[in-house]
Amino acid sequence: MSADRLEELIALMARLPGLGPRSARRAVLHLIKKRGQLMAPLAQALAEVAASARDCVVCGNVGTQDRCEICADPRRATGEICVVEDVADLWAMERAGVFKGRYHVLGGTLSALDAVGPEDLRIPQLIARLGEEEVTEVILALGATLDGQTTGHYIADEIAAAGVAVSSLAQGVPVGGELDYLDDGTITAALKARKRL
Amino acid sequence: MHLTSLALSHFRSHKAVRLTLDGRPVAIHGPNGSGKTNLLEAVSLLSPGRGLRRAAADDLARRPETLGWRVVADLAGAGAAHEIELRAEPGASRAVRIDGKAAAQVALGRLVPMLWLVPAMDRLWIEGAEGRRRFLDRMTLSFVPDHGAATLAYERAMRERNRLLRDEVRDPAWYRALERQMAEAGAAIDAGRAEAVARVAAAQDAGGAAFPAADLEIVAGGGSRGSGPADLAVALAEGRGRDLAAGRTLTGPHRDDLAAAYRAKGMAAAQCSTGEQKALLISLILANARALGGAPILLLDEVSAHLDPDRRTALYDAICGLGVQAFLTGTEAALFAGLEGRAEMLAVSEGPDGSSIGAG
Ligand SMILES: Nc1ncnc2c1ncn2[C@@H]1O[C@H](COP(=O)(O)OP(=O)(O)O)[C@@H](O)[C@H]1O
Ligand SMILES: [Mg+2]
Ligand SMILES: [Zn+2]
Repeated sequence: MSADRLEELIALMARLPGLGPRSARRAVLHLIKKRGQLMAPLAQALAEVAASARDCVVCGNVGTQDRCEICADPRRATGEICVVEDVADLWAMERAGVFKGRYHVLGGTLSALDAVGPEDLRIPQLIARLGEEEVTEVILALGATLDGQTTGHYIADEIAAAGVAVSSLAQGVPVGGELDYLDDGTITAALKARKRL
Repeated sequence: MHLTSLALSHFRSHKAVRLTLDGRPVAIHGPNGSGKTNLLEAVSLLSPGRGLRRAAADDLARRPETLGWRVVADLAGAGAAHEIELRAEPGASRAVRIDGKAAAQVALGRLVPMLWLVPAMDRLWIEGAEGRRRFLDRMTLSFVPDHGAATLAYERAMRERNRLLRDEVRDPAWYRALERQMAEAGAAIDAGRAEAVARVAAAQDAGGAAFPAADLEIVAGGGSRGSGPADLAVALAEGRGRDLAAGRTLTGPHRDDLAAAYRAKGMAAAQCSTGEQKALLISLILANARALGGAPILLLDEVSAHLDPDRRTALYDAICGLGVQAFLTGTEAALFAGLEGRAEMLAVSEGPDGSSIGAG
């Protein structure tokens, strides 16, 4: 094996969130030392997930099937859809374990300055789901940032026309666009105290 | 509130300065270019915004080193004490710490109200509306600490809307979503400004006659409009066509102006003499401080030099009567005659290693 390959691996690792050039180097060295117990199984798991991972065609969650586990589970067809910016937010909601319905992952927020428009955000897909899945309530779990709120107002506006109830996670909880950083108790409280729009 | 200590390092001409202050007014004298305004500018940054020169963080770093800069201040008063630390590394924006914890810049507005008068404001009444709006917003911030946050929220939403306008996006739901947020923040801005004008007017009426009373009025730019969130949302929605043609938002609090008239003469400020215009500004700042019960810090740069001796005495008496910590600058100690014993005197000079400050 050439040193170049090693450097290439380190450079790839350094692109992971939370890792920099130095910590990537440490991580690679650790993997090489534990190549039997750790590196080989990790490489295999990575290869398998890379081959099978896909975005859920319904909600935008990631999974290994066309439909993610949540969309495939009939018990989650409660008529409630929780709209989140990112898969990380969906996972945070699931970790809290309070929400029994399904999700819709937008993949971002509206931002004119960053050239992100409604067509970039899977909003048409959300509207299409309202009828297909007999949705009774859409719960917006978006950040309290300008872009998060703009996106919320936009979706509420579009949904109002369809006659479906829209609510938003309780104001005053620190949903700084990063649901992922909230603890489970805060998420639970915010969901329970959600407000009708 | 007043400063009990101020330390500057590598801030403009000041390489390393440490002052201990007792809460009385601070009279600073020294030759041109010695670093007096730089000192006031450092104090002005303890309030939200870009300070009295509206400088970028990088311009504040001492040249030629440009290592970044730091300002640390202790505040005391009203049964509370706080430490504020400002610093900027080269190429980075200003970071704020309050009592050792990282804080947003708007949080500074809750600690100490601050008002200033600088020579650049001599033409405030005759130049564009922007300067007057800034003056009005500084007064407002002194009464309504959340005014800074409302302004920021309004401007952020407006930048987005302006981008839609320039890109000729026509999706009405997108505009509505942004206009709702502009309307909410804009209504808070309107209410805050109206409160400030009312409180300053009330405090002027109660004031003495040394500085002329001014009648203030907020003039809506871009056509008259209601000021509740609903009215503002309607005005924005109705203005979309016109705004699309212009490529920017033409109505709202960002276009408003402040009109002032010399009450005794019934004369618009712009028509008054240069000296009268300055006197009007001083009168407004004193009324503002009076309305706040002596809480604010005042920065009066080169104000004394332009007043006749009687007015100067009246200003010093007013400041001492209010018990505010006013920072005054002038080129000569003689300008502060009459303040002996009632103020701290500092002498600033320019040395080989930057500005230095001693007891005056
Ligand atoms: N970033 C900087 N680094 C070093 N010196 C500076 C910087 N910015 C301004 N100065 C110097 O500060 C001086 C002006 O100080 P100032 O406080 O305005 O003087 P004054 O005492 O007349 O109010 C000038 O000599 C200018 O060159
Ligand atoms: Mg000066
Ligand atoms: Zn799914």
